[in-house]
Amino acid sequence: MSAYDKVQLARSKGRATGLSYIETIFEDFIELHGDRRFGDDPAIVGGLATLRGKPVTVIAMEKGVEVKEKLRRNFGSPNPEGYRKALRLMKQAEKFHRPVVCFVDTAGAFCGMGAEERGQAQAIAENLSEMIDLKTPVISVLIGEGGSGGALALAVADRVWILENAVYSVISPEGCASILWKDPKKVKEAAECLSLTAQDMERLGVVEKVIPEEKDFGKVYEQLREDLSQELDTLGKLSLEELLQARYDRFRKF
Amino acid sequence: MNLMGLFRSPQNELEKGGRKQDREETGINNTCPHCGALLPLSEQLENLNVCTACGYHFRMSPRERIAYLADEDTFEELFGELKSRDVLGFPGYDQKLRNAKLASREKEGVVCGTAEICSEKCALFFMDPNFMIGSMGTVVGEKITRLFEYALEHSLPVVGFTVSGGARMQEGILSLMQMAKTSGALRKHSDAGNFYLTVLTDPTTGGVTASFAMDGDVIMSEPGATIGFAGARVIEQTIRKKLPQGFQKAEFLLEHGFIDLIVPRSEQKETIAKLLKLHKRGSVQ
Repeated sequence: MSAYDKVQLARSKGRATGLSYIETIFEDFIELHGDRRFGDDPAIVGGLATLRGKPVTVIAMEKGVEVKEKLRRNFGSPNPEGYRKALRLMKQAEKFHRPVVCFVDTAGAFCGMGAEERGQAQAIAENLSEMIDLKTPVISVLIGEGGSGGALALAVADRVWILENAVYSVISPEGCASILWKDPKKVKEAAECLSLTAQDMERLGVVEKVIPEEKDFGKVYEQLREDLSQELDTLGKLSLEELLQARYDRFRKF
Repeated sequence: MNLMGLFRSPQNELEKGGRKQDREETGINNTCPHCGALLPLSEQLENLNVCTACGYHFRMSPRERIAYLADEDTFEELFGELKSRDVLGFPGYDQKLRNAKLASREKEGVVCGTAEICSEKCALFFMDPNFMIGSMGTVVGEKITRLFEYALEHSLPVVGFTVSGGARMQEGILSLMQMAKTSGALRKHSDAGNFYLTVLTDPTTGGVTASFAMDGDVIMSEPGATIGFAGARVIEQTIRKKLPQGFQKAEFLLEHGFIDLIVPRSEQKETIAKLLKLHKRGSVQ
């Protein structure tokens, strides 16, 4: 499978979206809305849930499944208020000592006028700065598209995992082809050059783990529930100092 | 030579030896991209690369900035030896790096060091508009990270001049990771009570805006600088509309509450020194 095939697979219709991970892996999900600043961004869903009986804060980017839903969720491209809502929930998790699990799936942070007016860059910058020092364990799972800074804004974590057919990139292959070669037809080459597949991420040390995808997707959720629960236990045993130093070092090495 | 010519009066400007002013204009003149004024280069340089007619701020190299900001002979460069490698084997990247080095006469897209500004010691970084428009790759991220670590160790404030088209796509995901890496170093520097001032210059966009450019305790900007997350063309393609005049300019950001102040180049040294003095460790009882 070529890199671009993977990109298409990551974007494909019918691929499981963020909310289905939350609903399948966790129990007792209660959605919490709004950033307390401007609004509630439907492109990011967050709230409280339990994982094998233990409370967690869960946050997911949601692209929507049906057309109307996709429109309402802006195809999973968050506005600043989405990132600010996510941060609010993470700070809340920190206060109540519960871990955070994020599911990342976005073509990128939204590039609209309102997004710029309300400080898209500032919102992302603040998330990076707060997440690197969030005083509770964080695991981020890239489940589909990992579109640049808009994805990283939920992926500064103690563990970053990626699904076998998900991608993570600094720019879309389309953007790369048109900027670098002024030729949108060179997307396949661009995808190859960008090293954006899950396997590339593992090779480059960007993720700790690649999660195999199975035809029966229920097995993927099952595996994730097991892995998340185990890993959160492991991270929970570290002192705060160890946890934060390890997270710092994890990103310092690049 | 026509002997007669010796005795006749000059017929045109060329024969007179040309208009002196004209000769200057053809070789060493710049046209202001904002107001179209023709600026003799000497005048432009004397005016800190600001258009004398309309105040347009031309882009500036790190060394030019050091010259007007740092007290004489106080700048000491740090980490100047670091050079980028083509880690991913990205086609054309090696050549691009060679061209960037020639165009900027620097090894990478950021110059770091320490200096005194009106006798206030600080750590500084200057991104380089002539090095792939200050694009952020691994080495840019590493130099800025090391600068903050150095400043933390020596309890120094950091003054950072940003200019960037964003993350460097030729280094793929590793460029993206620089945003998290620099954010971590900034955070440690900040948590220890140290001051960080960012000066946003034209253009500051993409991953740099979405990380260390927006993290300053005080965020200053040059007049008219374009500052944003997405590029104007990308936004126009997304919303299928033309953007209004002045969108994403420094004045627009000031109005929307995302920067603290706009300071023209001629006043920057004084303003920066003032801010450094106000944040001097131990100055608040």
